[in-house]
Amino acid sequence: MDAGGLMQTSAKISANNVNVYYGETQAIKQVSVDIEPNSVTAFIGPSGCGKSTFLRCLNRMNDTIDICRIEGEILMDGKDIYHRDVDPVQLRARVGMVFQKPNPFPKSIFDNVAYGPRIHGLAANKAELDSIVEQSLRRAALWEEAKDRLDEPGTGLSGGQQQRLCIARAIATAPEVLLMDEPCSALDPIATAQIEELIDELRQTYAVVIVTHSMQQAARVSQKTAFFHLGLLLEYDETTTIFTNPSHEKTQHYITGRFG
Amino acid sequence: MNVRKIDITALSAKHTAADSKRKLSRRRWAEVRLRAYGILAIAFAMAALAVLLWTITVKTLTVMDEYYLSLDVELDLSEAEIKPIIDDNPRTNADLSAQIKAAIKGAARSELSRRKLRPLNDLLAGYEGYALSEIVSNDPELIGGSYHFEALLSDDAQMYLKGEFGSLRDAGTSGEITLTQGEGHVIIDVPIDTFSTARKLMQNDRAAEARRFRRQANDQARAFDETEVKIAKLSEGAEKEKQSKLLEGFRAARDQANAKADQALDQATDPQATFKLRADDPSVFVRVNKGWIKITEMAPERLVGQVVDAPQTLGTAGRGNWSALVFAAPEAERQLKDRQILWLENFKRQGRLVIHTNWRLLTAPDSREAEYAGIWTALVGSFWTMIVTFCLAFPIGVMASIYLEEFAPKNKLTNFIEVNINNLAAVPSIVFGLLGLTILLSGVKLFGFELFGGALKVFTDDPRSTPLAGGVVLALMSLPTIIIAARASIRAVPPSIRDAALALGASKLQTSTHHVLPLAMPGILTGSIIAMAQALGETAPLIIIGMNSFVQEPPADPLEPASVLPSLIYLWNNNPERLFDGKTAAAISVLLVFLILMNALAVLLRKRFERRW
Repeated sequence: MDAGGLMQTSAKISANNVNVYYGETQAIKQVSVDIEPNSVTAFIGPSGCGKSTFLRCLNRMNDTIDICRIEGEILMDGKDIYHRDVDPVQLRARVGMVFQKPNPFPKSIFDNVAYGPRIHGLAANKAELDSIVEQSLRRAALWEEAKDRLDEPGTGLSGGQQQRLCIARAIATAPEVLLMDEPCSALDPIATAQIEELIDELRQTYAVVIVTHSMQQAARVSQKTAFFHLGLLLEYDETTTIFTNPSHEKTQHYITGRFG
Repeated sequence: MNVRKIDITALSAKHTAADSKRKLSRRRWAEVRLRAYGILAIAFAMAALAVLLWTITVKTLTVMDEYYLSLDVELDLSEAEIKPIIDDNPRTNADLSAQIKAAIKGAARSELSRRKLRPLNDLLAGYEGYALSEIVSNDPELIGGSYHFEALLSDDAQMYLKGEFGSLRDAGTSGEITLTQGEGHVIIDVPIDTFSTARKLMQNDRAAEARRFRRQANDQARAFDETEVKIAKLSEGAEKEKQSKLLEGFRAARDQANAKADQALDQATDPQATFKLRADDPSVFVRVNKGWIKITEMAPERLVGQVVDAPQTLGTAGRGNWSALVFAAPEAERQLKDRQILWLENFKRQGRLVIHTNWRLLTAPDSREAEYAGIWTALVGSFWTMIVTFCLAFPIGVMASIYLEEFAPKNKLTNFIEVNINNLAAVPSIVFGLLGLTILLSGVKLFGFELFGGALKVFTDDPRSTPLAGGVVLALMSLPTIIIAARASIRAVPPSIRDAALALGASKLQTSTHHVLPLAMPGILTGSIIAMAQALGETAPLIIIGMNSFVQEPPADPLEPASVLPSLIYLWNNNPERLFDGKTAAAISVLLVFLILMNALAVLLRKRFERRW
């Protein structure tokens, strides 16, 4: 825990009163959320409610958008990730991200996974790098399928395999938090089931944040669920509570499918 | 609201109504028409391309071969001639044209005086004396012996042999002719109608002449009439006198032209006419007993001629032992005179003419003499220029595009730069030439003070005409093209790849160099090659900076004066010699081959590395 004793909770990431603007439009309004370590947090909500935007704030991917402006503070291990001293490059090594559409590099499977360790200098030699790649692929449940074709291009894999490759690639950088932006929306049900299983395992090591449109998925994989609506965080609670006894009427409507 | 209600469901009936079919067929017709226009347009473009390639190919083919005259040269050399040949310096050589002249005189079996031999020597290209001395210099053993030398023929002789001036047409042989020696001429008695081809040619010629004179006479007559009217209005005085003088002049000219026209017409229409052959008439020859007689007068049954090469015997020659030959182009309009043509014909019959493939065209430096001119210097010059252009334009272009696409903030300034890069691509290339001239070569003067004396003077005292100067100018010219192509292919790399790299903690520079640039490289290379191809064919800016000068020595580096292929083409095209016509086409062919190769490479790259996301 942070020596400065700023933290009152055990949260890995703690966002306080975050506002995000795209130019004149406010996309996120006063959102405060605590992400617990070793658990899966699901962000749900109708399209355009800001859940992806908020997710991208957590590893400062929004920095790449010129017109995007962020207010409030987001603490990781008690330190503001938007502080001047924080290098977003280093932050992103600690906060991995998996995107909606599988986006492996058009390189070999091995090079895909090894890219992160290479640029961050995590492996001292080839043997260590091999070991990192193997472990990452194993944890992403891809090792058995990929071990004989590590030299083949990652783009040649099936959709589900590609997404697991992306997860392996994110894991290989040894992050502490794993952000997933609708990781299953481009996949078929079987691949989705595999990824979900994987997410449950990853929870042992990382704080996982997942944005999903599927209520069932949120219910299946997450421990905590945040419901976003029109840029506001309407409700944030234990997943079981949200799905059985939501305190907000809109949450009730959303999870029962009356809108969204 | 007063809106008429329409029952939409009732509209369905319209689809099957009577006029729907007509509408449909009209629509289909429009489509057929459009397709026809498209096919027509493409057919037109293809036809234009085919004509272009055809013309260039046909012209190129005329210079694919070279004609040589094989001679047995006696290499009896004087001390003064031997010395420069056998010394160590390969550049000093003697002119052995005297020996060649002796050999060709022997081959022509001519006893003419030295002065009259000039046309014979003119059949050979001008520098063969040096060519022979180079052979001797490589093999001094030859001195004193007889050497079988193939001498390059002059451009006119070559053009004649290729049939570019028309050809000596065999007008046939029939019946028996009798030759008798007259005073300074030969009289040939022939059966009537034997020379009908030549006579027909002459009749047509005289008829045309008659028409020409008649037109002249009519012009004079009109002037005469007008002056007459004018004089009638004038009162006595100096002006009237002057006009009267003019009137007399017009009258005389009119009558003279009419008389000439009448005379020509008489000859054209009279089957018994006797034609006196002039220099502006077709040449008619009789070949008999290995001799040549040039006809000067042509009556139906009697010809008068001058002996060019004496026949072995005079007297009677039977059918098949003689032939009449006609050269339709008049001697006055030809570079090659009758005597020269007959020498060449003799050489041809002696089997002395040799044809070789014209490798000289590719391997020889430029020359003022069309026979010797080759493109090697210009090829080397183009090579160095392209090297300089590529080395400057490619890295600068790629870096500029990477910066603009990946790093530059999107604001008014970058917008302005973007617009102007696109504008630069549309700037006429000659403007870049002027820019190069002022900035690179001449230097800039401001309020009378010289700011600098030309940027390239840092590298060499005289940067004019160098591949360095040309390369810099062409680099400036091709930069916009490269930047536009590079930016397009960088933009084509999907953002998801950038996201993936950034999310792994790669810096912007790492993302660009590790992922974006390698993926965009095929596209960038394609664009660059096309820009290079454009630069290779560029002429105007290079002419401005002096790369159209006559250069013989191929440049060893980009700092030596050079010529480039397109400006060589421009130079050659301005030369009056007919042989340069074909050589120009050949140089264009070489340029086209390079352009096609480069474009093929670009297409290949695109096909090979094309990625669909």
